[in-house]
Amino acid sequence: MEEKRRDLMEEIAEANSSASSGIDDKKIKHWIHIYVLGKQYKVPASLTIMQALEYAGYRFNKSVGCRAGFCGACSTMYRVEGDYKIKTALACQTMAEDGMYLVQIPFSPAVKAKYDINNEPYDGNVFLKYYPELARCVSCNTCTKTCPQDLQVMDYVQAAIKGDFQKVAEWSFDCIQCGLCAVRCPAEIVQYHAAQLGRRMYGKYGLSEEPNIVKRVEEIMSGKFEEEFKKVMSLQKDELEKVYVKQQNEREIY
Amino acid sequence: MAELKLINGYPEYMRESIKLVEKTRNKRLNTLPKQMTMEERDEVLRTYHPDYVEGGKRAIRIGQNKGDIAPNEVVDLLEAYPVIEPDELNLNEIDYDVDILIIGGGLAGTSAAILANDNGIPADKILIANKLRHGDANSMMAQGGTQAADRPNDSPVIHYIDVMGGGHFANKPDVVKALTEDAPVAIKWLSELGAIFDRNEDGTFKELTGGGTSRKRMHSCQDYTGMEELRVLRDEFRNRDIGNIEYSPVVELLTDPSGKASGAVLWNTETEEYKIVRAKAIIIATGGFGRLHIRHFPTTNHYGATADGIVLAYRAGAKLRDTDTVQYHPTGAAYPQQIIGLLLTEKLRTSGAQPINVHGEQFVFPLEPRDVEASAIIRECYGNNNGVETPTGMRGVWLDTPLIDIKNGKGTTEKAFPAMVRMFKRFGVDMIKDPVLVFPTLHYQNGGVETDPWGHTNIEGLFVAGEVSGGVHGKNRLMGNSTLDCLVFGRRSGIEAAKYVKNVQHAGELTLKHVEKYVSMLKDEKIETTRKAPILFPDYRGKKVLERKIDLMH
Repeated sequence: MEEKRRDLMEEIAEANSSASSGIDDKKIKHWIHIYVLGKQYKVPASLTIMQALEYAGYRFNKSVGCRAGFCGACSTMYRVEGDYKIKTALACQTMAEDGMYLVQIPFSPAVKAKYDINNEPYDGNVFLKYYPELARCVSCNTCTKTCPQDLQVMDYVQAAIKGDFQKVAEWSFDCIQCGLCAVRCPAEIVQYHAAQLGRRMYGKYGLSEEPNIVKRVEEIMSGKFEEEFKKVMSLQKDELEKVYVKQQNEREIY
Repeated sequence: MAELKLINGYPEYMRESIKLVEKTRNKRLNTLPKQMTMEERDEVLRTYHPDYVEGGKRAIRIGQNKGDIAPNEVVDLLEAYPVIEPDELNLNEIDYDVDILIIGGGLAGTSAAILANDNGIPADKILIANKLRHGDANSMMAQGGTQAADRPNDSPVIHYIDVMGGGHFANKPDVVKALTEDAPVAIKWLSELGAIFDRNEDGTFKELTGGGTSRKRMHSCQDYTGMEELRVLRDEFRNRDIGNIEYSPVVELLTDPSGKASGAVLWNTETEEYKIVRAKAIIIATGGFGRLHIRHFPTTNHYGATADGIVLAYRAGAKLRDTDTVQYHPTGAAYPQQIIGLLLTEKLRTSGAQPINVHGEQFVFPLEPRDVEASAIIRECYGNNNGVETPTGMRGVWLDTPLIDIKNGKGTTEKAFPAMVRMFKRFGVDMIKDPVLVFPTLHYQNGGVETDPWGHTNIEGLFVAGEVSGGVHGKNRLMGNSTLDCLVFGRRSGIEAAKYVKNVQHAGELTLKHVEKYVSMLKDEKIETTRKAPILFPDYRGKKVLERKIDLMH
């Protein structure tokens, strides 16, 4: 039985190997060509841009992060052979295509304004106060076309100019701060920093105080749960397990 | 270009199985399999959990935890030689002279920096060292939520009991008390800094349950919870001008002649030069080890999750605990190939998605603790042979995501899980209409450097916070307790380190004596290897390239 189960782990390891131990060339039937610094590399089809670059020989020490589309570290610009358009993508969330000319953008030299959230009046002018260049927006929509999250960036920039915190917060919420909008913007606006300012102002001043959390923190500070903690923490393991099982059986589900 | 003809993202043979899932969907809507008894849980764990199945672990041969068991991949790093030659470094020229050095800029490290500053340490006397950019961390990828017992039918004590049971009662009780009692404080703090948590129409927090949690206490920001929490804290950190250095991992700690933690060696990954930091206190907040691909599992983890923190701390003499357990998240993506291993948040299941086998049948209660749920999925695929095989040979079960909209109303999935919907769409799958294929994925380092409720380790001047620490989660962490762990113990270690540095002097002399001693222990134990650690980054380069690589620049 023991032996059999060890085999089970080997079987799983073999099934998972493409994701953990690297690609086996023999299993690849379809190949594409990509270009890095103009140089051609042959890589397996059906990889992300990031995986393709790694296959080609790159071991990243920048332009890489979560590899799941949450952190904005792997901003990429590319052009596809035969097309003049410059496109943008996250390398970890985009399939490599035949004929891609790729370049990674590890950093955007954008300025973030400094402010004190506790002493900032909840006033729509705050956007232009800290990011006056917002007013230079020419509504060209390049930011929106650039955004790898498909956000309506230009719309939230316009909302910021009008001082509408709620719209800025809602429309920019899925921003991963990759910086591609700012890199492409002809008016040198730093959309993602302005959006961050807007979300924090809205979160702090635009939303009502949550009643349960305020009450619970007061209760904790006043020591309300100390007695009960003492009781539970003095239980032997089997007694605590009983309490646990009972609690699990009475659980809220949906 | 594709190898197989795909119909809305899936090959035809997988479509056949999806039809069976669709057929049983209405019948399953309001019925769930029973929760397992404690005995049933034990049975499935022993037989199918990668931690319990023989062959993946061995004893550590040197150091504080000599004789303790850990995954082979972790022991390999603990039994590796340093990346630097101690006698080649000039430790007398100090590049950064600070009170507190924080290693790692995720939720734990950033919280620590802000709280240290709040507690009287000037911004220029605090330094965060980041391996990549500030905010490059697993925290950023946390989807589901953060637990805090704040609703009237809940309490920190109920939360405490859930955590202890989920961790198989191996947790450190006083640390769990700190976790559960500080949870509401942490959520209130984030709200006051402007983090936007999901709300109900009456203004209260929208809260859900998780596997093994008995009350609804999961606070979420759609499925971008960690990202929202961390970007708010990072913005606050930047507003305060706290010291920050990027692309500069710590490759070794420095100690004073008495063994106190006193500084660190940074390595600039661009220029490859080293820099010396002198600090009165050090907080390690480097996260976990997902990128070690333990037992060859794919992982949900950030590229930088390479166990650097435990390696550095262990060499300096820190004690580890619960090194024998690894958390496999029950639902990693198993298809399509580009996203294998990536996280499909537990919140999908708390919102109604059910695990379903190839025949369209339920086989497990959807909200068991993670280790139990993961084992049940492995059993269904490899024990009962009821999995779906992908074109690349992986097996998985369906997570029936269309149930979420059916249960909660059209549009719910898109609103509550924009990141997930977006990710699948990018690779051709519509998770609102079709189920997605899942298999357990390496997710979390349950154990780590032993800590007390304030982040202290057994080494003077050395603190830990977040995933790198051990004790709070016992043998298995519950959903929503990792971001919470980072927030609570990041804050606590920041407060405590601030208190500590006010009463101590800088080290007179910085040394690498602990490293020299460690190397001689390796030699005494006759451990001969070319392995070096910390490894800093995983390596996914193509094999053909590596065969022809020659190093001409050194």
